[in-house]
Amino acid sequence: MAIKKFAVACFDDEEVLFPAVKKVRDSGYKLHDVYTPFPVHGLDHALGLKETDLHVAGFIYGITGTATALGFMGWIFTADWPMVFGGKPHFSLPAFIPITFELTVLFAAVGMVLTFCYLNQIMPGVKKHVFHPRQTDDLFVVAIELNDQVTEQEVVDFLKSTGSIETNVQVAESEWWYGRWDKEEAYQQA
Amino acid sequence: MHLKYESFVREPLVDGDKTYRQVTEDIVSPIERKPGRMWYVGFFFSVALLLFGVFSVFWEVYYGIGVWGINRTVGWGWDITNFVWWVGIGHAGTLISAILLLFRQGWRTGVNRAAEAMTIFAVMCAGQFPIFHMGRVWDGFFVLPYPNSRGPLWPNFNSALLWDVFAISTYFTVSLLFWYSGLVPDFATVRDRAKTKLRKMLYGMASFGWTGSAKNWQRHEALSLVLAGLSTPLVLSVHTIVSFDFATSVIPGWHTTIFPPYFVAGAIFSGFAMVQTLLILCRRILGLEEYITIGHIEAMNKVIVLTGSIVGVAYLTELFMAWYSQVVYEQAAFQWRIAGPYWWSYWAMMTCNVVSPQLFWFKKLRRNIPFTFIMSIVVNIGMWFERFVIIVTSLYRDYLPGSWTYYSPTWPEIGFYLGTFGLFFTCFFLFAKYFPVIAIAEIKFVLKTSGQAQKARMNKYENLTSEDFLHEAHHDHVVSEPLHLP
Repeated sequence: MAIKKFAVACFDDEEVLFPAVKKVRDSGYKLHDVYTPFPVHGLDHALGLKETDLHVAGFIYGITGTATALGFMGWIFTADWPMVFGGKPHFSLPAFIPITFELTVLFAAVGMVLTFCYLNQIMPGVKKHVFHPRQTDDLFVVAIELNDQVTEQEVVDFLKSTGSIETNVQVAESEWWYGRWDKEEAYQQA
Repeated sequence: MHLKYESFVREPLVDGDKTYRQVTEDIVSPIERKPGRMWYVGFFFSVALLLFGVFSVFWEVYYGIGVWGINRTVGWGWDITNFVWWVGIGHAGTLISAILLLFRQGWRTGVNRAAEAMTIFAVMCAGQFPIFHMGRVWDGFFVLPYPNSRGPLWPNFNSALLWDVFAISTYFTVSLLFWYSGLVPDFATVRDRAKTKLRKMLYGMASFGWTGSAKNWQRHEALSLVLAGLSTPLVLSVHTIVSFDFATSVIPGWHTTIFPPYFVAGAIFSGFAMVQTLLILCRRILGLEEYITIGHIEAMNKVIVLTGSIVGVAYLTELFMAWYSQVVYEQAAFQWRIAGPYWWSYWAMMTCNVVSPQLFWFKKLRRNIPFTFIMSIVVNIGMWFERFVIIVTSLYRDYLPGSWTYYSPTWPEIGFYLGTFGLFFTCFFLFAKYFPVIAIAEIKFVLKTSGQAQKARMNKYENLTSEDFLHEAHHDHVVSEPLHLP
């Protein structure tokens, strides 16, 4: 939880956004984040973001599901309550495949979605500062964090020069908090 | 180089001259305005149908399963027929959202949201039938493998019926997660446009606090791709396992190895038909003709004619195998299907599923909306009869001629089926009113490559020779000229 000051620039075209992002990175100002209404391909590379490891997590969850299903069914039919079905061995692997497959998929999907929510810090009841109400509509928003080393005017002028259609300065919470979206927080007005 | 390019051979996916803002406006505004009279009529009719279904099920649970027409010979009747029918319908949604995503079929973006919703509602309907078929429905939780006071005695993990429990519940959960993860950013769009407090609060909750941060989008794309990868074998496995319910038995007409692929093809066939029925209405009522274009409808009709032909080949293969195997029981089963007391169901199936979809080989008919609409209903009638033929006409004359019988449903069975229509359409009406019916973010993502107006602006590059194009691109002419939207 930290309330910070941001210089914000809005762009209406991703083709203007890309050179602007490059300029911001070259300028050395502290880039807070970029918000887009849809996934813009290549933006993560332009921002120098690392590849996500979410799929690795998904693989681990999937393997856990496989092991759980095989281990559980194997234990039940060989140790806990061995039964003979149609003269087949107790550990009848082919018959276990369907449930094993389903649990693999189930574990991977549920685990990945929960991890996704955790990493992105999203959940019902979570509120975050929205720099521009149209950042989920048609605007691409770049937020630069202001600190003692730079003046407000300098950063805003710089952002204006990058082809943005709108620039302003906002004081806002930089992290998430519990809140209702129909309530306005006081510092968002600044 | 930000020049996005897609061949002109491909039809535009979004008609008209759209900006990102216009896309949002077109898709979100039906949520924001009051629904029309048709919506209320449809919604209340669906709720009434649902209540009748609840009453029918209550009747069955109170008096016992004897109120249904099923008997000792025909143990599976309308209930399992309807179960397989609804599950099959569910398959199109996942096919569109997962398999077509992996195959990079751009046209899926316009229809995937509604098709996935259809999947979820169809699976909800399907699930009711095996549950209430149990008879003592209050003991339904016995199918779950939990430590119990009966030993613990576990369920039989070698039974295809238990595989079904796992398959259907996994399918429902994964489809729901996939669908909702796509909805989160779109709910944020609705939230940030909202004028009323209630809408802000509810869509704020539903959007999980999504803001569209670049890192979040990167993870979102990774999630979508992996969920698509997981759903692809899942969707094939679900109807495969449903077909195991039949194929692992020793009933003539059921005990065949062709069942898994044949069931999967049939599922996709009926699912696409249902998507057509719903989307032709949706695009008209919600005014989304520019997003669900004739091109989309034609693409789906192509899938229908393909899967319909696969199903037709499967029917003929079954007949061939009955003859070729020289098994008298198998031969008798198929003779009675064709010319026994249930001949009408067999020929309804053949006409609706095999013969009539062949008309879709004509491009004119594939692009004809009233024809497609009628056809989509014909196909779903046909697919219902297919399940009825497989189930009832394999059972009603068993190995003991003394127990041969004729099965017809009673009113609680019919009422139960109508009730699931009520459930399905109640859910769908609520979806059409309160949810973005088209994936907004995904449409924006393909807009610059596949929008009609955006494609037209590429004309000048289309007419260049490759040398000239390279030359232009080399001198940065192309790069430095952003494709400005009006």
